[in-house]
Amino acid sequence: MFSLFLEQLLNGLQSGVMLFLMASGLTLVFGVMGLINLAHGSLYMVGAFACAAVAAWTGSFWLGLVASLMAAALAGALVEMLVIRRLYKRDHLDQVLATFALILIFSEGTRWIFGSFPLFLNVPEALSGTVTMPGGSEYPIFRLAIIVAGLIVATGLFALIGKTRLGTRIRAGEADREMIAALGINIDRLYTVVFALGAALAGLAGAFVGTTQSVQVGMGEPVLILAFVVIVIGGIGSIKGALIGSLLVGFTDTMGRFLLPIGFEAFFDPASATAIGSALASMLIYIVMALVLFLRPSGLFGTEA
Amino acid sequence: MPEAILSLSNVTKQFGALLASDNVSLDLMPGEIHALIGPNGAGKSTLIKQIAGEIKPDSGDIRFAGRDIGDLDAVERSRMGLARTFQVSSLMPEFSVLQNVVLAQQSVSGKIFRFFKPVLSDASLLEPAMAQLERVGLADRAEMRAADISHGERRQLEMAVALALKPRAFLLDEPMAGMGPEGSKRLTGFLDGLRAEAPILLVEHDMDAVFALADRISVLVYGRVIATGTVDDIRGNEDVKRAYLGEEA
Amino acid sequence: MSMNRETILNIVLAALLIAVPVIAQIMGEPFIITLATKVAILGMAGVGLNIALGYGGLVSFGHAAFFGIGGYAAGILASHALNYEPIMEAPFEINGTTQMIVIWIVALIASALVALLIGAITLRTSGVYFIMITLAFAQMIYYFAISWPAYGGEDGLSIYVRNSFPGLNTLDPISFFGLCAAMLGVAIAFSAVLIRSRFGLALHGARQNSQRMMAIGIAPFRVRLVAFVISAMITAWAGALYADLNRFVSPSMLSWHMSGEIMVFVILGGVGRLFGPVAGAALYIILEHLLGGMFEYWQLPLGILLLVVVLFARGGLIGLLAGERKHA
Repeated sequence: MFSLFLEQLLNGLQSGVMLFLMASGLTLVFGVMGLINLAHGSLYMVGAFACAAVAAWTGSFWLGLVASLMAAALAGALVEMLVIRRLYKRDHLDQVLATFALILIFSEGTRWIFGSFPLFLNVPEALSGTVTMPGGSEYPIFRLAIIVAGLIVATGLFALIGKTRLGTRIRAGEADREMIAALGINIDRLYTVVFALGAALAGLAGAFVGTTQSVQVGMGEPVLILAFVVIVIGGIGSIKGALIGSLLVGFTDTMGRFLLPIGFEAFFDPASATAIGSALASMLIYIVMALVLFLRPSGLFGTEA
Repeated sequence: MPEAILSLSNVTKQFGALLASDNVSLDLMPGEIHALIGPNGAGKSTLIKQIAGEIKPDSGDIRFAGRDIGDLDAVERSRMGLARTFQVSSLMPEFSVLQNVVLAQQSVSGKIFRFFKPVLSDASLLEPAMAQLERVGLADRAEMRAADISHGERRQLEMAVALALKPRAFLLDEPMAGMGPEGSKRLTGFLDGLRAEAPILLVEHDMDAVFALADRISVLVYGRVIATGTVDDIRGNEDVKRAYLGEEA
Repeated sequence: MSMNRETILNIVLAALLIAVPVIAQIMGEPFIITLATKVAILGMAGVGLNIALGYGGLVSFGHAAFFGIGGYAAGILASHALNYEPIMEAPFEINGTTQMIVIWIVALIASALVALLIGAITLRTSGVYFIMITLAFAQMIYYFAISWPAYGGEDGLSIYVRNSFPGLNTLDPISFFGLCAAMLGVAIAFSAVLIRSRFGLALHGARQNSQRMMAIGIAPFRVRLVAFVISAMITAWAGALYADLNRFVSPSMLSWHMSGEIMVFVILGGVGRLFGPVAGAALYIILEHLLGGMFEYWQLPLGILLLVVVLFARGGLIGLLAGERKHA
């Protein structure tokens, strides 16, 4: 029982860290550019497909990983320059619709190129296999690796935002959009870089998760919704909020799905317990979000936009 | 002695280190124009917002029409009869001049949640609305979009909307702002006649208008009322002179 | 009534919507009638959204929740009736029904209650938070429908026989089309009356300047909530019709893709235009079947079209054909 619990805990951590990669890009783009981007999930998908395609072609997962970063960043930069740039001054409805249109374009385009069947992305040799956890069960090394990788990236992101010149510009941009233009910073290029950075993070998450699950069209959408819930909980524009929110959502979702059906078995027969427990588990995150918003309307670390 | 329509007692509001309102007490008697003046940054806007219900004071009481309105929000205070105009015109840009006033008229009538009868053919709203426009001199602009009229006309529209509310008291925040000498003179004459309908708490920078209109003046400096009195009292007050002209006076 | 271009266009659209299925009936093409029925129903869902979105300026990204509530009202009531199983036995017995009118009333009431609850919470937020939280509530309902096994879960619920309407053979495609078109007509007429009413003026005012609304003594929150509830009810009614059209209801009616699609109808046709959602729905269905027949990945050009409309042709199809809207 303990080993099962530990396993779910680690899964929750993995889920949270991967969500952070998605949510951080999303919250950066919103915080700096004021733009709500539904196509973020598509960039996640692009990363996964690029990794799978290149890994299959070259036989190397690592090359695939590099490809996922580059493809997602490139796609992000292109999309920003062609489409997103025209949306900064528009209202939220236009941004929602335009990026929804991008989802359709990316999804159908990917389906056209790769077909409707999922691609396979295999765990690299070096990281395959399992490791024995306290309690006796086996946990895949790869999953531990992506938790570590994700945490390293998170640390890198905090360092970038906190300690570099780019980071300073990003933080300044979040605080006062008009001011940084007046300070002579090349806004166009800054925005493209920020967008591409967010895209790369999403692509990386896509590659990682695609390896543990599967690579298929539309894989980014459930994650996108969760990422939005995360940034609403954490506060739009706050990377720290994105981290706390991601871990909260990751753990709540994973542990909820694990514990709630078990908990309900005390009151109902197993079949009903599973049904009610699962139903409640899926709704749990949204209930948490509603609660957070009720108590803190701008999210945990958000500033009133 | 008649009771004040509006009275503030020891109203205090602090924003972090900034004391925006420092134990402010003043009142508005029926039939009077009470002007509130003071240098920029004195806290006049903050005070207006607290009276209107947009901000809650940290302490102190505000009474209006005989009751404590501290717990009422801006909508409720407006419905009680407190009409306020904004320093920066706050209108419905897509509506016509007439529609802006009709909406206020509709609010007064109390019947908002009506879904079937067309509002713009409702004489019970249109006639009073046009009457208000005629009073402020905007009748010929009735069909123009509010976004398309001039700045001075927008100030007039603000006034018409306030009139339509048939209020118990007016809260006017720099109505002369941005008006030329012609417009200011006309508005001064207008306000002079208005005080009989309902008393006016007038925030203004235009000293000519203030001295011509005010029955009483309160001077606000750094959030505190440093003097209240008639025009002559204030004109001769040393503290006031110093506050406006600086230490050299 | 002044005959401006938009009014003429609306009349033409209405005429086309009636004429196409009538001609199809004469030519013996029931599939076209079904398509026209779909346009009427989806258009009606869009008319509902348009009240909140177009007139009220509320970007509700969760309207599929109401569409689905309407659909499930039809599905649940019908399945209980057809299986001769009461919905509830104690404290008093409630049976299912296959009468459309009863189903519609249930759909209207259920959606109104849910919209009241959701609106009371979401309308306290604004901007992105509002969009996200409406989406989240819809997702909650979506996942609930998937997990609740009693009504089919992910597989959905079939309605074996289309529900009944007095005096009509609802199984006959043209009769059912007539019914849906009539309901669409009611929704559009109500929408038109609403926008010209006192409530419509207040709603339009709330969209422009909340601060001014409060200063004249009208609470924008209350106005928006009522608009949200009305909007939900109309979309739910369309959902009930949709379930009867397909004789099937599934959680996909509650998905955010559905929310997005309803928004697409409204945008393609023209936000805030009376017949906008109908024009948009028609365009969408035409693309789906004409383009979709030739090109499997037809949603790719749809996405490009949507992008172009959003970026360059904000007024949608009606805006393009009838020009700038005269001020309200």
